[in-house]
Amino acid sequence: MDCSHVFDFKVNRLTVVFALFLAFFFVTPVLYAQEDTSKVTATAHAEPEAEKKFNLGKFALHHIADSHSWHVIGDTYIGLPVMLYTNTGLVVFNSNDFHHDDEAKLVVEKGGQRFVKLHEKIYYASEAANEHGQYVEVDENHHSLNKRPLDFSVTKNVCTLLISVLVILAVFLKVANGYKVRKGLSPKGLQSWMEPIILFVRDDIAKPNLGHKYERFMPYLLTVFFFIWFNNMLGLIPFLPGGANLTGNIAVTVVLASITLILILVNGNKYYWKHIFTPDVPWWLYIVLVPVEIIGIFTKPIALAIRLFANITAGHILVLALIGLIFVFNSVYVSFVSVPFALFIGAIELLVAFIQAFIFTILSALFIGMAIEEHH
Amino acid sequence: MELLVPEIGLVVFQTIAFLLLMFILAKFAWKPVLAAIKEREQTIDEALNKAELAKQEMVRLAAQNEESMKEARAERDLILKEAKNLKDTIVNEARVQAQTEGAKLIEKAKIEIENQKKAALAELKNQVSSLSLDIAERVLRSQLADQAKQQDLVAALLKDVELN
Repeated sequence: MDCSHVFDFKVNRLTVVFALFLAFFFVTPVLYAQEDTSKVTATAHAEPEAEKKFNLGKFALHHIADSHSWHVIGDTYIGLPVMLYTNTGLVVFNSNDFHHDDEAKLVVEKGGQRFVKLHEKIYYASEAANEHGQYVEVDENHHSLNKRPLDFSVTKNVCTLLISVLVILAVFLKVANGYKVRKGLSPKGLQSWMEPIILFVRDDIAKPNLGHKYERFMPYLLTVFFFIWFNNMLGLIPFLPGGANLTGNIAVTVVLASITLILILVNGNKYYWKHIFTPDVPWWLYIVLVPVEIIGIFTKPIALAIRLFANITAGHILVLALIGLIFVFNSVYVSFVSVPFALFIGAIELLVAFIQAFIFTILSALFIGMAIEEHH
Repeated sequence: MELLVPEIGLVVFQTIAFLLLMFILAKFAWKPVLAAIKEREQTIDEALNKAELAKQEMVRLAAQNEESMKEARAERDLILKEAKNLKDTIVNEARVQAQTEGAKLIEKAKIEIENQKKAALAELKNQVSSLSLDIAERVLRSQLADQAKQQDLVAALLKDVELN
């Protein structure tokens, strides 16, 4: 039977896609449930209930955190290189050597050192296991007290970083090539996709905030804009090569914000420094104002870093929490509520991906603009 | 909170990767792209300016054309008027000349006619006188053959002469 006419109307198409999506969620757990019922009778009393209970907070935090291996599907993991700078030098091994142990129960001996992995962090292993079978000393909050080697591993986030850098390079070198091939002509293909956005960064972000000196900062602003935007969108893809939470990682946002800070400090003119150290107020106010201004130098980039990190992480947690609700209530019918909501949040996240890139870039431009502004 | 502590590894990788990306893109993408866009914008601006200038030139030329048309028309009118005047003068002159010429001819003809008339009259008089003399001679000859008649004639002639 030919059902292709169903896809003819736009509204129908959306509904069909949505229904298929729901059906996927609906059917698979039912199948599992049917299979399980037979087993449950046999093993019902074997395992304690509490251990199997789904922990939503743990689930969400695990998914937004960095990881030493890349979970593909089911029990398939891609092992990533672990590179540790230890007391005795560099140690390199495959993360699969941990056999997906994340509870510090498996000790890996490399280069004469013993390592364990706890919550995706690598520690020097203790001599003997504690009462839970973990080779670490833990405090009452389950945080390890063991020392850590300097970890320069290629983690999931580092992989995503490299992938995104390659994607961005591929896209924009192709775009740049378009300008060479079709010199003086109107843009075409990928070029015409990216040119309006490049012009948007130039005309709506750089020019209004930086004035006539905008050209010096264009490379940074364009790179930071597209880096954040591409990575935000890569993060929204739930499977390989996306799925990492790169722009929602504080290390990444701190580095980006630090570059903005360095640009501000390097390019700040005498008016900028005068405004900080000798503002136009009565001298006795300096006691209050100068420390505030000095703190202000650092709060701006810190706010930049936290804003991007928090927005992207919050979006990921929201989607994970909505999907996780199905497993919290352990009911298929929750998916009728949580999947549409997750889809809705996903759509909003697409917008947020652009908006956060825009905000980071425009605030960087604004702060740099304030530092290089000429007062006459 | 663990999420808020940056991992040294990612910081290092991010710094290196981002700076590399920025320098590569700056050199091989942003510079040529921005330059090309700027150049294209300038070309468009120039083209628009040129179009505007051409439009103004067109308007100017149209005005100039109109002006020269007007001038040409005025000149033509002037020439036509002058030609007409010239024609009128020539015609008038010709007429006057013709009249005077005609008048002169008529005058001449009149004089000629008068002269001819006079000559004819003189001729006639001579003829008449010779004829009359002839007649008179003949009459006299016949008359004078008779004395008495001669006498009468003389008397009559005398009488006539007196009457004359």
